[in-house]
Amino acid sequence: MQAETKTTIDRIAGTNGASISVLRFTGDISSTSKDSVLGAWQTVGRNGPVLLDFSKVEYINSSGIALIIQMLMEADKTGQKVAIFGLTPHFQKVFTMVGISKYAGLHRDEPTAAATL
Amino acid sequence: MVKTTGTSVEVRLPSRLGFEKVAMGTAASVAALMGFPAERIEDLKTAVAEACINAIEHGNKLNEKLSVGVILSASDHELEVKVVDNGAGISKQPPAPDIDRKVHGEEDPRGMGMFLIQALVDEAEWVHDSKGTNSYVRLVIRLDKENE
Repeated sequence: MQAETKTTIDRIAGTNGASISVLRFTGDISSTSKDSVLGAWQTVGRNGPVLLDFSKVEYINSSGIALIIQMLMEADKTGQKVAIFGLTPHFQKVFTMVGISKYAGLHRDEPTAAATL
Repeated sequence: MVKTTGTSVEVRLPSRLGFEKVAMGTAASVAALMGFPAERIEDLKTAVAEACINAIEHGNKLNEKLSVGVILSASDHELEVKVVDNGAGISKQPPAPDIDRKVHGEEDPRGMGMFLIQALVDEAEWVHDSKGTNSYVRLVIRLDKENE
């Protein structure tokens, strides 16, 4: 019933030439996504900036939001910058309501998000 | 437009995570028939999903022999959704989530469900049953909210 979560990792160059890791999620982000989401997070370095791409995600529930907060916890420990793009307007609203936007900027697309890192 | 006033739709879900999406889809279909705008339907879908997840996980404790009832009742100006489980319900509301405490590891990163429900619908009421047979959450969204 839950759409399996797939996470791929890309590297792109930021506006200043520094490498940015991009975690691209597909499917649902829910309690069953833990291994895919946090597993991918663990494989990216702890120093460089990270983009989270939700443009191919249709369903996120509170358990999925908790996984995103866990990534932000890790990032906060090392001062790692994180930005988010590709959320639907509804989930932009939800992420703002729960306070995620305080720790990761919410942007409409990848270039806009990358330019903030 | 299909006449929806006075109609009731019921769905029974197994207590298995993922089946909240069946309730989401049903609620979205009824809300669309009533003429709710897309933005409000998205709010309702998330609130119904979170209510069903709570019922599956905390009310029925993932016991697949128990089902979660979802009853949608349409009237002229509002849609009421009751999500019924076999748990004892909650006797008091948990505190509002604090993102700073969560990010700093001082609070469980989970526990957003009830907050989201309250934030996304016009009315949310938790009714607990000490016998543990008929606790429910009642959600209401109103058609005229965007005109207020």
